[in-house]
Amino acid sequence: MWARLVALIAKEFLAVWKDRRSRAVIIGPPLIQLLIFGYAATFDVNHVATAIYDEDGGLAARDLIARFEGSPSFEIVARLTREAEIRQVIDPKRAILVIHVGQTFSRDLLARRPARVQLIVDGRESNTALIILGYASRIVADFNSDWLKAHGEIAPPAHLVVRSWFNPNLESRWFIVPGIVALLTLVVTMVVTALTVAREREVGTFEQLLVTPFRPFEILIGKAVPALVIGLAEGTVIIAVGVFWFGVPLRGDLPLLYAGLFLYILAVIGIGLMISSVCRTQQQAILGAFLFVVPAVILSGFATPIANMPPLIQDLTLVNPMRYFLIIVRGTFLEGLSAGLVLERLWPMAVIAAVSLSGAAWLFRHRLQ
Amino acid sequence: MTGRPEAAALEAPAAAAPVVALRDVHKRFAAGSRTVEALDGLSAEIGAARITGLVGPDGAGKTTLMRLVTGLLAPDSGSIRVLGLDAAAETRAVQASVGYMPQRFGLYEDLSVAENLELYADLQGLAGAERRERFERLMAFTGLGPFRTRLAGRLSGGMKQKLGLACTLVRPPRLLLLDEPSVGVDPVSRRELWEIVRRLVGEGISVLWATAYLDEAERCHEVLLLNEGRLLAAGPPSRFSARLEGRTFAVRGEEAERRTLLDEVRALPQVVDAVVKGRDLRVLLSKQAEPGYLESHCRTLQAGRARVTGVDPLFEDAFVALMKEQPATSAGRPARGGPSSRGAAPARTKTAAGRPEAVIRVEGLIRRFGSFTAVDGIDFQVARGEIFGLLGPNGAGKSTTFKMLCGLLPPSDGRALVLGIDLRRAAAVARGHIGYMAQKFSLYGNMSVLQNLRFFASAYGLTGKARQERIEAALEEFGLFAYRDAVSETLPLGFKQRLALACAIMHDPGVLFLDEPTSGVDPLVRREFWTRIDAMAEAGVSVLVTTHFMEEAEYCDRIGIIYRGKLVAAGTPEELKAAHATPQLPEPTLEDAFVDLIGRYDSEHPR
Repeated sequence: MWARLVALIAKEFLAVWKDRRSRAVIIGPPLIQLLIFGYAATFDVNHVATAIYDEDGGLAARDLIARFEGSPSFEIVARLTREAEIRQVIDPKRAILVIHVGQTFSRDLLARRPARVQLIVDGRESNTALIILGYASRIVADFNSDWLKAHGEIAPPAHLVVRSWFNPNLESRWFIVPGIVALLTLVVTMVVTALTVAREREVGTFEQLLVTPFRPFEILIGKAVPALVIGLAEGTVIIAVGVFWFGVPLRGDLPLLYAGLFLYILAVIGIGLMISSVCRTQQQAILGAFLFVVPAVILSGFATPIANMPPLIQDLTLVNPMRYFLIIVRGTFLEGLSAGLVLERLWPMAVIAAVSLSGAAWLFRHRLQ
Repeated sequence: MTGRPEAAALEAPAAAAPVVALRDVHKRFAAGSRTVEALDGLSAEIGAARITGLVGPDGAGKTTLMRLVTGLLAPDSGSIRVLGLDAAAETRAVQASVGYMPQRFGLYEDLSVAENLELYADLQGLAGAERRERFERLMAFTGLGPFRTRLAGRLSGGMKQKLGLACTLVRPPRLLLLDEPSVGVDPVSRRELWEIVRRLVGEGISVLWATAYLDEAERCHEVLLLNEGRLLAAGPPSRFSARLEGRTFAVRGEEAERRTLLDEVRALPQVVDAVVKGRDLRVLLSKQAEPGYLESHCRTLQAGRARVTGVDPLFEDAFVALMKEQPATSAGRPARGGPSSRGAAPARTKTAAGRPEAVIRVEGLIRRFGSFTAVDGIDFQVARGEIFGLLGPNGAGKSTTFKMLCGLLPPSDGRALVLGIDLRRAAAVARGHIGYMAQKFSLYGNMSVLQNLRFFASAYGLTGKARQERIEAALEEFGLFAYRDAVSETLPLGFKQRLALACAIMHDPGVLFLDEPTSGVDPLVRREFWTRIDAMAEAGVSVLVTTHFMEEAEYCDRIGIIYRGKLVAAGTPEELKAAHATPQLPEPTLEDAFVDLIGRYDSEHPR
């Protein structure tokens, strides 16, 4: 039986390697995506196009505006002279933020009256707008305390000192790169497995395989092993690039991370093979794979926290293997997650893998026509 | 075939100026590192208002010729004049008056019959009253009227071809090119297709019909016989066979000895070709054979256990004679007459009672898909060493029956036992006793010949030295040695088929399942294939084969005809033919018998 199984596994490797489509899926897109995600995808907001509408022109106003000019987060793109111009820069997105300093700003400050600065922000991209407002209010707060100090007043009673754990500079790349390990492993493994059975059904070799003495679970192993090897290799490359190229710290236990990766890939293979078994053509299988991948990524906590989702959707994420692996991979990278906490996420993935793999093996023989 | 009604109906109309004239046409293709001479100095003419058959083995250049005539390809050299126009230079004008139906016509499977027609009418810019009138005519013409709203993907093979033809005819062409339109079409639909084309010719349309079926070639007015890009012969089919007058014979021996007799006859040096045709052997002798050659050289005949009668030569005989007299070339056709039975193994073991033991036993087999009953209570048995053919139109239930036997589909009721085992439930090892060859040569196309053989050898549990020896034997026996490292999907069709068979019988199975094994391959490859199958049956292997190809059915010991989910007739080809002999048609072909049977069944059992 072993010789038979080895022959089957060797054949599956050949099939993946000799199929141009699968080969391309394994090598090209993951590397490109890794670089794109690593460099391009970030929650940090820089070079915000900012317009200044300074009606005051006084010293204090210029001081405040200079602080914006000096920050890498903001880039002054226009200076406005009339109120009507605000609409003219915001509407076509020439500026996302307008800083409006009122006529009496400097006078009010010197008279120790509350002075008003208006921030007008483009709310069409709500997430970015919130981040910009956060940056802007920090600059205004700094201006306030410096002004008070310089004019011999007492500083505000409570002063906020922030220290961010695990990611001291709050670099979003540290958050995103470990997520990419989960994301790209999912995509590659899913596409590779989704194609296997469907490709054979399309050509007719699957029936040929079913009339040989192979048992369904042997076919399952034959299909799973190459995908597992490819998935693990892919994961390893991305982890290595994350650590050595992007400099993301790997603080946790590597064996724990790999235990997670192993079960995660198995679960994905199971789902991929199930999709592949019910499909008649490779085209259907690829569509099916994407119908799974897109919601799986969105409902995994990759970009938006699961805790923010409605309760019903949160329950739905329980069958999503990426949800568990994402916690493991981010945890081992940034915080050195403990074995107990890892284990809590391992067993749900093991259950998903067991159910989906058995389902796939059953479908091999029972999918009609 | 003289005296047959359709042959009579096809008296060639008076010759007019040719609609197509090819002069010294060359066309080369690059295939990997080699260049293939698809057409090698071809000169030919196609007459007006008649059916010209384009006949030849795979890779002869039939499709290339059609594509050149439509202007889809440009020749490397030579001239092609179509309807008085230069096909390469005045392509648009040519295409406006030529209809071309490629092998796989581009029907949109998710559109209905009517929608497909609408689409092609739009593409051809047919509108208004003319369009409505044309549609009505085409629907009536093709008999597709009642199926207007059915999705094209749900049509049977024959109906798909008719729809393809209708789409091609949306704007009536002056010249119609049909590329193997009857592949995968059952005999009833095939006759209907011919009827439609004949009526078109009656309206003055010229037709070029490419085919690998020689009985079809026989029905054409003229035949162009192509091989390796060259024209071997041209003329009315009767002229082809006339040259073989006095060289064709039927030999009838003891039923049980038929295959031994075949081997013996084939071994004679002056025998060009010998095939099983129902109860008889059909033998073609070479030009050099003196009168009485068979009687004086065949031992079985001398012993008086068989007798010889002269028969009329068929187009098929002429084709085989022409092809075999060609020097064997790069196409790799083996010069020898094909394989022979390996050692005259004890033929047909029978039980003491003289009754053959049943290797395949089908009892009350039923399969339902929802409310539709695809297989409705079928019973039959196949003995050891017997070749049993399942025949039937597309969608009659033969594939479903076949799948249930192989264990690929569970029956709704009844039993299908192979070697006493239900393959659906049996341990996986039991599947090691069967060989299976699917319709489309289901091999791993991007793996090499050797990789395929190795994989299937291991799949059937062969290891080490035994595996190595078996693979080498297969390479040798099937003439695949030179191709062992070739990627299997690049092989010529005939070699793909050999490889598929080699893989299927790697483990010396006791039962062999063949699903339309020779669909689309040329007559010589088909003969070679059947010689192998015959040898295996002789050695005691039971063979179950599905086909809707009547010539193939003649190779079977017994056939069962499946229609509308039932086994409507079973017996030897001779019995079936005899049962459908009529005063008008005293010696029906198997196809005649089949069509008659289906017709009778329909009238007795209206739906």
